[in-house]
Amino acid sequence: MTVMGTPRLRKEDPKLLTGEGKYVDDLQVPGQLWMGMVRSPMAHARINGIDTSAAEAADGVHAVYTGAQLNDMGLWAAPLPCAWPVTPDMVNPPHYPAATDEVHHVGEIVAVVLADSRYGAADAAELVDVDYEPLPAVASIEAARDGSATAHSDLESNKAYHWPLIPDPDALEAAFANATHTVKAEFVQQRLIPSAMEPRGVLAIPSPAGGDLTLYSATQVPHILKVMIAATTGLPEGKLRIVAPAVGGGFGAKLNINPDEILAATLANKLSRPVRWTESRSEAAFSTHQGRGQIQTIELAADADGKLLGCRVHLDADMGAYMMLITPGVPLLGSFLYTGVYAVPAFGFTCDGYFTNLTPTDAYRGAGRPEASYAIERAMDLLAGEVGVGPDEIRRRNYLGGGEHFENLETPATLVFDSGNYGPNLDAALEMAGYADLRAEQQARRDAGSSTQLGIGLCTYVEICGLAPSRALGGLNYGAGGWEHAVVRFLPTGKVEVVSGSTPHGQGHETSWSMIVADKLGVDPDDVTVLHSDTAISPLGLDTYGSRSLAVGGVAIAMACDKVIDKAKEIAAHQLEANPDDLEFDAGSFTVKGSPDKTMPIQSVAFGAFTAHDLPDDMEPNLQEQVTFDPPNFAFPFGTHVAVVEVDEETGRVDLIDYIAIDDCGNQVNPLIVEGQVHGGIVQGVAQALWEGAAYDEDGNCKNPSFLDYLVPSPTEVPSMKLGFTTTPSTSNPLGVKGVGEAGTIGSAAAVINAVCDALSPHGIKDLPMPATPAVVWKAIQSSKNGGQS
Amino acid sequence: MTVNGQSRAGDVEPRTLLVHYLRDDLELTGTNIGCDTSSCGACTVHVGGESVKSCTMLAVQARGEDVTTIEGMATNGELHPMQQAFMECHGLQCGYCTPGMIMAATSLLAENPNPTEAEVREGLEGNLCRCTGYHNIVKAVLQAADGGTNGGAS
Repeated sequence: MTVMGTPRLRKEDPKLLTGEGKYVDDLQVPGQLWMGMVRSPMAHARINGIDTSAAEAADGVHAVYTGAQLNDMGLWAAPLPCAWPVTPDMVNPPHYPAATDEVHHVGEIVAVVLADSRYGAADAAELVDVDYEPLPAVASIEAARDGSATAHSDLESNKAYHWPLIPDPDALEAAFANATHTVKAEFVQQRLIPSAMEPRGVLAIPSPAGGDLTLYSATQVPHILKVMIAATTGLPEGKLRIVAPAVGGGFGAKLNINPDEILAATLANKLSRPVRWTESRSEAAFSTHQGRGQIQTIELAADADGKLLGCRVHLDADMGAYMMLITPGVPLLGSFLYTGVYAVPAFGFTCDGYFTNLTPTDAYRGAGRPEASYAIERAMDLLAGEVGVGPDEIRRRNYLGGGEHFENLETPATLVFDSGNYGPNLDAALEMAGYADLRAEQQARRDAGSSTQLGIGLCTYVEICGLAPSRALGGLNYGAGGWEHAVVRFLPTGKVEVVSGSTPHGQGHETSWSMIVADKLGVDPDDVTVLHSDTAISPLGLDTYGSRSLAVGGVAIAMACDKVIDKAKEIAAHQLEANPDDLEFDAGSFTVKGSPDKTMPIQSVAFGAFTAHDLPDDMEPNLQEQVTFDPPNFAFPFGTHVAVVEVDEETGRVDLIDYIAIDDCGNQVNPLIVEGQVHGGIVQGVAQALWEGAAYDEDGNCKNPSFLDYLVPSPTEVPSMKLGFTTTPSTSNPLGVKGVGEAGTIGSAAAVINAVCDALSPHGIKDLPMPATPAVVWKAIQSSKNGGQS
Repeated sequence: MTVNGQSRAGDVEPRTLLVHYLRDDLELTGTNIGCDTSSCGACTVHVGGESVKSCTMLAVQARGEDVTTIEGMATNGELHPMQQAFMECHGLQCGYCTPGMIMAATSLLAENPNPTEAEVREGLEGNLCRCTGYHNIVKAVLQAADGGTNGGAS
């Protein structure tokens, strides 16, 4: 039976389609108190006093606590965690769930109201009167670098850390000294508001007699949350149960340890009542971390033929007001990928992290890798222009492995790429796009002087996923490992139960894991139940982020299946009175070689293991095995994306009219799910390129926190997409799988901006800031007409 | 009001939004809330046979109306053809926007049983999805239309 590799409908869907899926806000419990957050309206201010009397007197209000009162109550064992202190001297200001004497970003919690109802909590929060004394706000990376004001008044500088990766400085200098062509560009990765459709939410339910606490959270990381709640509150880890119920998308935004989660846990425990909070959409711009926020400088050195000699990158990265779970590490996740899919003999990367008085940044779909891919893929187009060759040709000349199949190839950025085959992947994309015809059409429009110009943009990306080999994480000073845990057990009735430490929030793990098990054990996928996302059921796990679920968690399941088969074979051999080496396992049955009548289905073996009436000596009953898989290497998916845009030169409007993506994520489990991941990922990257960006004024106020102003694309803004795949199995795991959750986003922003710049190249326009809104594009065109003067 | 064929009555604060009445009072939590500006459409239900964002309506405004939520779409354990098409086309991932999408899409087909792709996209413009890039949602709606089995708005 081959289930893997064949599209299969999702077993998650019926519940979600009928409204039976239970997200956090759907769970109602008796006696619950709603938290209403009193949030700072100022980016940087001293708190001179808080008057809670009106709120306390309001109907239905149970309690009001200021940050100072919470602090005095001794609820905190430690500040909110940063698990990735990237350098020994990294600055990390203490970050507690509520501010006490100084606020550092708009929306920081200064007090919390507990009330009987959703509406009552919101009403009462508005009655809390806070006396703020404004302080100068650091509202941009530029202001942070300038340093005339500091984001935290007790810090002398806004710089949080300096992180270098320069394997051979002399070689890098020589590369630029010997170059025929050089390009240097600065790109801004604007801040993005992640905007999972389900806002975050939390519900903490105490069990006063036993001291247990169950916390439901819209989180990607229940296992990490459990450890961190124990660490920040001092509540015993063994008394905590964390459940991520149905979770409505994450995209990295639910990969954190948030003030609201800590407040709910501690206050529920203190008050012996369930405590809950649900984020409003407009609140999310302040209560959930944001993505990106970097100024990138990239320089390429190449010889006369455009072959790369060196690549030098510097980032100034916006941490926001505080270091959250992996804030400082996100830019560094991209550091190893600034040479992209290219053979670059010399490489250097540095990153300076800066504090600002803005919402903290952290992981957002791709986390560091879309930024890297954008910089190198935009720079390659600039180099193509410099050398005078096409964007396809400049890439071909520089592909690692000469554009041919390779395995286990060391890159200049000190990684070993598991496998790649970039040339055929590009060929497939150009063919599907009808590249030659598109170029002809582009020329025809230019010749005709059309006001609607055509632009074609390429991007050949590589990404790093399957996070992660624990030793590699240790080398980066990350505070945890990168393994994943799985249990596979046969139930007495012959059904299979899987316990996974991966924690899905829309990816369809239950379906994919069932397919892996079905193939391995020869059972029907519908006979497999997958348990996950509840630390009482799945106590060991490291959750879902970084496109790691399949390449680490899925592989752990496959390996656990192998162990189940090994044990079952011994039992079957015993019962069939044969030597285990003489048994074959195929399609779910053990058969003695050469004796087709001596056969036993694995379900019968499982029942025998359950009754334990006749097992080999010293064998434990039951058919259950577990595996903790720590991958020996990352996985490196790649692909070529082609964006086709029309640019209205009179209005600056950009229309994405076609999008072609040939991705390679190694072997696929469920192509239906793979395609869905690519579709959604592409549109998120397109959105960064054309529409999205958190805008701030100079006082640090977010000007577009709601969906009225923050332009998450609707169905009319994007076309249907054309997808294809090449398959280059990974060498990092026995399934040959890589990961695909972030690939679309990693490829698409560069492809789109390359396309827009391509359309405008007759105007001499080489670069445009993101998002390339009509106003941005129109101004660039006008500026070019005025000889570069705006 | 009548909700999913059942008569429901209750006292609410005048300011209670229909979506909160459905979710908190009637415990019909399939209708989701994704924003606070009537932008995302996650809370779309049918009122009097037409799709309505239930966060734009007060519960008292729906007095006497016939309301259908996602819980009222499947009948006798059989998915509505639109639900079936979403499943077959992988038109959902996290599922949060899905109830609203289904309600908006069935309403769309009731008004225009044979839409073009562009008409589907325009018809769903008020509904946001962050997972699918809309590709498979559009495919699902076109499939439901093509099957001629769309049940129309309730």
